[in-house]
Amino acid sequence: MDLGYTTEQDAFRTMVRAFLSEKLPASIAEKTRLGKRLSKADMETWHSILNEKGWLAPNWPKAYGGAEWDVVQRQIFEEEACFAHAPRVVPFGLTMLAPVLMKYGTEAQRQKFLPRILTGEDWWCQGYSEPGAGSDLAALKTRAVLDGDHYVVNGQKTWTTLGQHANWIFCLVRTNTEVKKQEGISFLLIDMKTPGVVVRPITLIDGDAEVNEVFFDNVRVPVENLVGEQDKGWTYAKYLLTHERTNIAGVGFSDAALRTLKHVAANTIAGGKPLSRNPHFAARVAQAEIDLMAMRTTNLRVVSAAAKGQAPGAESSMLKIKGTLLRQELTALLRRAAGPDAMPYLPDYLEGGDNADSMGPEHAPAAAPGYFNMRKLSIFGGSNEIQRTIISKAILDL
Amino acid sequence: MDFNLSEERRMLRDMLQRLLSERYSHDARRKLLASGAAYDTEILSELADLGILGAMFSEADNGFGGTGFDIAVVFEELGRSGVIEPVLAVAVLGGALIAQLGTDTQRHLIDQIISGQTVIALAHSEPGARYDIGDVSSLAVAEGDDIVINGAKTHVINGAQADHLIVSARMDTEIVLFLVSKDTRGLSIVNHANVDGTSGARLQMTDLRVSKAQQLGGHGTAITALNATMARAILAVSAEALGAMEAAKDLTVTYLKERRQFGMPIGKFQVLQHRMADVLIEIEQARSAVINLAGHLDAEPKLRDLHVSATKNLIGRVGALVAEEAIQLHGGIGMTDEYALSHFARRLTMIDHMFGDVDYHIERFIQLSSA
Ligand SMILES: Cc1cc2nc3c(=O)[nH]c(=O)nc-3n(C[C@H](O)[C@H](O)[C@H](O)COP(=O)(O)OP(=O)(O)OC[C@H]3O[C@@H](n4cnc5c(N)ncnc54)[C@H](O)[C@@H]3O)c2cc1C
Repeated sequence: MDLGYTTEQDAFRTMVRAFLSEKLPASIAEKTRLGKRLSKADMETWHSILNEKGWLAPNWPKAYGGAEWDVVQRQIFEEEACFAHAPRVVPFGLTMLAPVLMKYGTEAQRQKFLPRILTGEDWWCQGYSEPGAGSDLAALKTRAVLDGDHYVVNGQKTWTTLGQHANWIFCLVRTNTEVKKQEGISFLLIDMKTPGVVVRPITLIDGDAEVNEVFFDNVRVPVENLVGEQDKGWTYAKYLLTHERTNIAGVGFSDAALRTLKHVAANTIAGGKPLSRNPHFAARVAQAEIDLMAMRTTNLRVVSAAAKGQAPGAESSMLKIKGTLLRQELTALLRRAAGPDAMPYLPDYLEGGDNADSMGPEHAPAAAPGYFNMRKLSIFGGSNEIQRTIISKAILDL
Repeated sequence: MDFNLSEERRMLRDMLQRLLSERYSHDARRKLLASGAAYDTEILSELADLGILGAMFSEADNGFGGTGFDIAVVFEELGRSGVIEPVLAVAVLGGALIAQLGTDTQRHLIDQIISGQTVIALAHSEPGARYDIGDVSSLAVAEGDDIVINGAKTHVINGAQADHLIVSARMDTEIVLFLVSKDTRGLSIVNHANVDGTSGARLQMTDLRVSKAQQLGGHGTAITALNATMARAILAVSAEALGAMEAAKDLTVTYLKERRQFGMPIGKFQVLQHRMADVLIEIEQARSAVINLAGHLDAEPKLRDLHVSATKNLIGRVGALVAEEAIQLHGGIGMTDEYALSHFARRLTMIDHMFGDVDYHIERFIQLSSA
């Protein structure tokens, strides 16, 4: 047992920290710190700063322009980035699609798409879920029928995160209705500018519209945009999901949220004393911190086992459940810390309007929207119920 | 013991249910919110015509109710339909204070309140005061026959829609209340929407000049009346939360039966069945807590306040559970603004931020029960 980092890892951390303090734009960090909404331009700015440094794609091999970091380095970067209030990197192209293209794509697809993910020329979104296919993803119905050298796509995707910014969508589509549902699915890359693609925003409980419905009406997709083999898409989809689940514990996010929470609690007077001295509130915060301390080690245990060649399998379900519950608890506490100032809904402030008044402490306006938004953590990426089923089957053999 | 509603209250509830089911659809409510209006004035007057506002006042105050159970019955229905019209501000907060403290002239307002012609708001909370009702630092200073008030108020429920405001200020160390009309010089009011669709306001008082006749209640009466009013308001929002919980539960149960994944209704998954069973148990607890408080609303203050804090704490805990579980069991659809559940979830959550949250009331309960 050795809980410490190596000298190289410590040096790596120092380098990351220096980079962040020099390059992360203050205006973006400030928005992230206060839970304000980031614009497309904010996200693109941060991506291009990282790309310039060669750090945009930590998980990619160097040959494709990635940083090729190991899991511990990625973990360190994640922690430092959250600590500095860097926004999260939009994962759809970088950590979801890219590994699939590297493993199953054609050379032409890799040549065409991978560089454009790094430069930001392409913004990808994930077209998996449909109105009738959520947890039961294999039930998806969007049809793709071969017509000469094109697939003709008809159907609907939903919950497409940041689809409003995207110009490409990777989709699971049904190419065979005669076989078992998992065996008739294909993985298609669709240019969203193609005639027949319509994107409609969905406003969520926090008042923002970060997800969309995407409709396909006789959309013609060239066959060269099929990834791998027709009808084998389920294999690629599952491979992608294992990558979606890296960093699933969100330790860095929880660290940053805890730090914010403690700062707010120490600076909020309730009943004549700081909220951090209120025994009921302080006990909740302490319990979250204790959980986080243990979870950091749980995470590293799982992650370092994977580093030695063992893929984190069902264990990542454990990280997903514990990690999301903790992040949700931290947002619930921040909301509660805001007291009555959590009530006003101030979209101008959340949109980053510089003169928009916060009416109360600076963290208050985003407290309730942030809490509501984070309900998604236990729903997407495989709901927590589905994860528990995985644990009970795969680990407990029940 | 009798846990049944009286005949009159059952009729009141049925009438209110009928009006709301005919006139208060989720779509209409969303359209109204999107228009930027704080509420529908027509609905408010229909509620008044039905006697809903009058039911919040005793016969001595020209109403025909005013007990804890009247408040509980009415607000449960308002909560079940997500009503944003200012019944709380007008008939519970403002109305109760005037009924307790008003002079004969001031009490004329009660008739106008009951008939829905006047909107009145309580401007008491101050920036940074959180849930502490004794934390008032606006200052009232006598100047000849007048009184001049300076200070700031926040989270004034329906403050910008009110014709009259009750403002509190400190005068010779005592908290004192004044009844002022909205366009008095020195009063500036800024409206904002709340997360749950209700409306609040900030209020600035700059050399706000009132006459002695505008004082509401004599010196030394305000804090007692405010405490009694808070008890009524907490009962109202607790019953409202109960209605919202029932609505959230009904939506979720229906959805569990309709939504199919893996070839069957998701309500067939035992893990979800058990979660819903727990939700039901907790909502029954919430109903009992509301009944407890309704039955002790007119008890001596210490016993009353023990129930106030017990109920508000329990409602806060159960409200969070119901909101979170209902969303989770729906999956993505539960998070959409278009679907009614997210509105109930927001209201349930925000009610914990009104008049003291779970932590505030558990601390107060400990103090009251150990004293
Ligand atoms: C904010 C947000 C962003 C998203 N972004 C994307 C995106 O970019 N791209 C994309 O493709 N998808 C995205 N999703 C969709 C997400 O993956 C689905 O919401 C998720 O798979 C759950 O599906 P569902 O919402 O249809 O819920 P359902 O599958 O209908 O589930 C409803 C409830 O039933 C439970 N349940 C279902 N099956 C079982 C079972 N067998 N046993 C026990 N309980 C069960 C669930 O856990 C849940 O509680 C997003 C979702 C959200 C909320």
